[in-house]
Amino acid sequence: MVEESRAVNAASEGDFLTLSGISKRYGGVTALENVDFACGRGKIHAVLGENGAGKSTLIKIVAGVVQPDAGTMRLDGKEVRFPSPSSGNAAGVASIFQELSLLPDLSVADNISIATPPRRFGIIDAKAQRRRAEALLAEIGCEDVNPLMRVRDLPLSRRQMVEIAKALGQRPQLLVLDEATSALTSADVEKVYAMLARLKAQNVAILYISHRMHEVEALADRASVFRNGRHIETFDWGTRSTAEIVQLMIGRDIATQYPTKPKRPRAKAALKLDNLCWEKRLEAISLDVGAGEIVGLGGLDGQGQKTLLLALFGVLRGVTGEITINGKPVRPGSPAVAKSPSVGIALVPEDRKTEGLMLPMSIADNLAIASLNTLAKGLFVDRAKERAAVEKGIDRLRIKIGDSKDAVSTLSGGNQQKVVIAKWLMTKPGIILLNDPTRGIDVGTKQEIYRLMRELADQGVAILFYSTDYDELIGCCDRVAIMYDGRIVRELEGANLNEHNIIASALNIDSGAAGASSAGEVAHV
Amino acid sequence: MSNSTLSEPAVSGASMSGVPMPGLLPRRSLGGDLLIRIRQNIGLVTAIGLFCVVYLFYHFAHPKGFSSAVFVQNADEVFTLAMVAMAQTLPVLAAGLDLSVGAVMTMVGCIASYLLSGAAEGTPIEFTLGGAHHVLAVLPGGIAGIMTGMLICLIAGTFAGFLNGCVVVYGRIQPIIATLATGAIYIGIALFLRPTPGGKIDDDLNWALTNSLQDFASTIHIFDDGNAAWFAPFGTIPVPFVLIVAIALLVWVPFRRSVTGRGVYAIGSAEGAAYMSGLRIDRAKLAAFTLAGFFAGCGGLFLAIQTSSGNADIPQAGTYTLNSIAAVVIGGTSLLGGTGSAIGSIFGALILRVISFFFRIFDIAPLLQPLFEGIILLAAVSIGALRVLRVKNTLELFR
Amino acid sequence: MTAASLNLSLSRDARPILISASFIVVILVAGTFYTLSRLGTAPLLSPNYLLQQLQIGSFLGIVAAGMMIVILISQIDLSVPWTLTAAAMMATAVGGPWALPVGLGVGLLVGLVNGVGVAYLRIPSMIFTLGVNAVMRGLMVAHTGGFAPQTAATDLMRWLAAEHSFGIPNALFVWLAVSALVALILRRMALGRYIYAIGNKEAAAYLAGVNTRGVIVISFALCGLAAGLAGVLLAGYSTKAYQGMGDAYLLPSIAAVVIGGTNILGGRGRYLGTLVGVILIVLLNSVLSIMEMPEAGRQVIYGAVIILMLLVYGRGERVTS
Repeated sequence: MVEESRAVNAASEGDFLTLSGISKRYGGVTALENVDFACGRGKIHAVLGENGAGKSTLIKIVAGVVQPDAGTMRLDGKEVRFPSPSSGNAAGVASIFQELSLLPDLSVADNISIATPPRRFGIIDAKAQRRRAEALLAEIGCEDVNPLMRVRDLPLSRRQMVEIAKALGQRPQLLVLDEATSALTSADVEKVYAMLARLKAQNVAILYISHRMHEVEALADRASVFRNGRHIETFDWGTRSTAEIVQLMIGRDIATQYPTKPKRPRAKAALKLDNLCWEKRLEAISLDVGAGEIVGLGGLDGQGQKTLLLALFGVLRGVTGEITINGKPVRPGSPAVAKSPSVGIALVPEDRKTEGLMLPMSIADNLAIASLNTLAKGLFVDRAKERAAVEKGIDRLRIKIGDSKDAVSTLSGGNQQKVVIAKWLMTKPGIILLNDPTRGIDVGTKQEIYRLMRELADQGVAILFYSTDYDELIGCCDRVAIMYDGRIVRELEGANLNEHNIIASALNIDSGAAGASSAGEVAHV
Repeated sequence: MSNSTLSEPAVSGASMSGVPMPGLLPRRSLGGDLLIRIRQNIGLVTAIGLFCVVYLFYHFAHPKGFSSAVFVQNADEVFTLAMVAMAQTLPVLAAGLDLSVGAVMTMVGCIASYLLSGAAEGTPIEFTLGGAHHVLAVLPGGIAGIMTGMLICLIAGTFAGFLNGCVVVYGRIQPIIATLATGAIYIGIALFLRPTPGGKIDDDLNWALTNSLQDFASTIHIFDDGNAAWFAPFGTIPVPFVLIVAIALLVWVPFRRSVTGRGVYAIGSAEGAAYMSGLRIDRAKLAAFTLAGFFAGCGGLFLAIQTSSGNADIPQAGTYTLNSIAAVVIGGTSLLGGTGSAIGSIFGALILRVISFFFRIFDIAPLLQPLFEGIILLAAVSIGALRVLRVKNTLELFR
Repeated sequence: MTAASLNLSLSRDARPILISASFIVVILVAGTFYTLSRLGTAPLLSPNYLLQQLQIGSFLGIVAAGMMIVILISQIDLSVPWTLTAAAMMATAVGGPWALPVGLGVGLLVGLVNGVGVAYLRIPSMIFTLGVNAVMRGLMVAHTGGFAPQTAATDLMRWLAAEHSFGIPNALFVWLAVSALVALILRRMALGRYIYAIGNKEAAAYLAGVNTRGVIVISFALCGLAAGLAGVLLAGYSTKAYQGMGDAYLLPSIAAVVIGGTNILGGRGRYLGTLVGVILIVLLNSVLSIMEMPEAGRQVIYGAVIILMLLVYGRGERVTS
């Protein structure tokens, strides 16, 4: 309670942006609950919290992408209401979203001046627009991007810089950055720092959301912590230790997050990869996963971990090297082959909304889709068998549903992910590939998934588990392979499996170069 | 909105250290810019190239090749399809489809067959309902009446397009099915106007618009009846060709460069991102369909003038609609929206037509012509499929 | 909460069917009022008249059944008109006992070609089937010389399309059999689930290990087969094949499917709806012809009904992010 009142106090100091009593629900899920929040001009205000803490909803409300169910928003003391992003822009709010808002088929120059281009006689002045793009790109040190290029043809890191230039071009009074640096190179990040410093000097209010603590460390003047849709506390940077902040972010119950790892000798390899290569994205991958073992894939995002999972699941063409399953060489040419009993691979894909589920279809249909061939008698689906299998799947993962005929889109994110996992368990796979399965789901479900993984491993399933969360890798995995630039650079096991080693290997720097740091501390990179 | 595919960003070792990747980002230079533009409009460039090749070949093979008469005849035959193809381009760019372009064209043609008779005493706009005869207005005779009549025709087409837009935007009905329905309505109106083919178009108007500039000038008595010395070099240019260029330059190009026009491309590229960027999606969609109606109206107007009659021919309307889709695709516009242009569609229409011209000069049995047309169409759309062979990540096929 | 979601799922699938079914009643009542006041008779309430109308409607119904499968996988088949015509022409040309198998074979073959083009070459079905339609037309024009072929339908074709058994037109039995088959596929067979899954999210179906290409090819093959069957029957009904006999079936079949509540973007819709949609269109047509409505008025009413029905239940979501 004391913390709450501090937050309210913080909101009363003549700030630029003030939110009071903001609430937002999506269906049955509360994203924000009675949030009071404020940030001031000329300051970089970090917003911290776990996935699902409500940060994204907060900034979507500020930008006008979603509308709150209750509460008021003030800019410079005046109450405002943004029914659409354009009204937010008009009021001086510019946002850089995690999901890029760029138009892939339009040129960089078009994108940067998309809403309010320079015009002559009512027609877009292409030359002026191009000069403007060049100037803005130069401002963030990104002269190497030709404004004529189509955004689709740029690598992700450049696209993100274009997104930043676009926001900058709106000359905002309030700039919101949501994980704006996630795909940037370190040199680009430096340029963004410099830009933010300039904006700060120009008295712009800046909201900065990042999972990278070292960035927050380097930039933030103030910080607010969110947890489970509530504003927990706002404080000046430096008045709290890193450990205290982490404590605020995760709340109290961090004790028994991960199931204990069994101590047993490594089993024979259920999955063995030898010299796997694909299109310069995977280079000479050799890896064993034993039956009953959970092997993690670590490293920075986008170093080939997802590609490796796809290659194993038969999605990629032209994979070279050897895949051996239980001693037999296999070559899955498609997911249909990969899931067949003789191979027995399951993949929980990255994006459950577009790759894991048919959202408008029923829960039962989604659960049964992968195992229909085993639930069919001849051409027809054995409905009794199907119903039994579906119920078993729902029970096993304790999926909370009303009716299995409801559309799967009515479920919360955590329960949706459980449906994806249950779907694959119904095929009785010997090898399970998990692509960041806990992304964007609540802590409770996460723990259930961790327990389930261990349970499956105890039953002899081999699990290959990619996660962007180092803590998760350390807690869940028997072994972690760190990838860098399409290669496995290091395998960590036992006492070596700690945050420091993961980060050092992820950056492909020598162990120890980053300085000794204990596992609990958030490392500075 | 979620465009996350499982493919990964190409973070190479070089980019990690902040060095730009030379291959991906060409150096800025005049040549480099031109290269980028060509690569981005490869569909259009291919269509133009293909057209030039087949059309040159056609003229060499034609006994009267490169003569004004052939140009005029070709231009007359191309104009309507070119307009309808331009019309189809706009909804396609916005990731939609307009199945009513042929119907709008037909309806406007039927309207024109009443209004453009050019009678000296004026043309009454009249109808009989329930036995009573009503006269709404009387168009003046002579050129003023014809101009007014043409204007009314174009307004009718534009309004039909606007209605399509309203059904799509405010009714939130899928464009393909919405325009299927409105198309039936427009065809119904056309049939109401012309249950049987008929009507009359002013002879001078027909002559002036379907021949060369020289004939145009002599019909309306300008430039010394087209005999002015400075006018001679232009005299042989077909009027429909001039009209296509004029419409492209005066209507399409400004629209393409307007904020609304760019919004149409943005919607087709990523509707969610367009919304997030603060674009007015509704307005752009409405504009796309409205302008499509205008172009289709131009086509119908010309068809009526060219044939000197109005004809509510349902199969013909269907053929034009389907050919317009083919022309759009051949002209390099993606059916997924976001890339392409109406200029490309003009060339797509030209290519389709030139192919049928070939049948005349090569004396291909008329019975085989539809087969050849079909095979060529199928081959043209299948060329783009070759990219499938190069896709290494099969998930990319589902975008 | 549960009640609300239950209601939602009920309304999502059943509402279009209920609404179009009630619209059929409206058509019948209005038509009967008209005939009673003008002619003093009520043909729309006479079983014989209705059966005759449904007999004519069965050809549309069979085409729509195939079209629905293709629409469910979020594709479309524009080659139906000339697939139908080609099947009819080849069947009458071959004649004898092979007429029926040849007609169906033509439909199947065209469907397979469409399926391969869409599934393997990944050409948009809108354009690929358009091209195939043009090729089929070309082949038939070359084959017939552009005239109505002189060959006649076989006795079997005539029996199937024009004769009655137990007082009910045989064509209705054929339609019924096709309907039962399609309903069975969609509701009971794994293939049906895959069809819905692909229509909802092809990538997700693929990653669930569904042989998406195979399913697409089969769907187009079924649609071609249905068009072929309709062609054979129509030739039997008219005793011969003729140019352009399929033109009147493309758009009405799409309209029937959509009016029946199937999402034009695929993945959603029940076969019962398509059935109701076909009956609605057929009855609408017969009422309009009783009223001696000129073609112009028919087209306008036809378009207006589609828009009206879709405004009631076919509206999409507003894009917000």
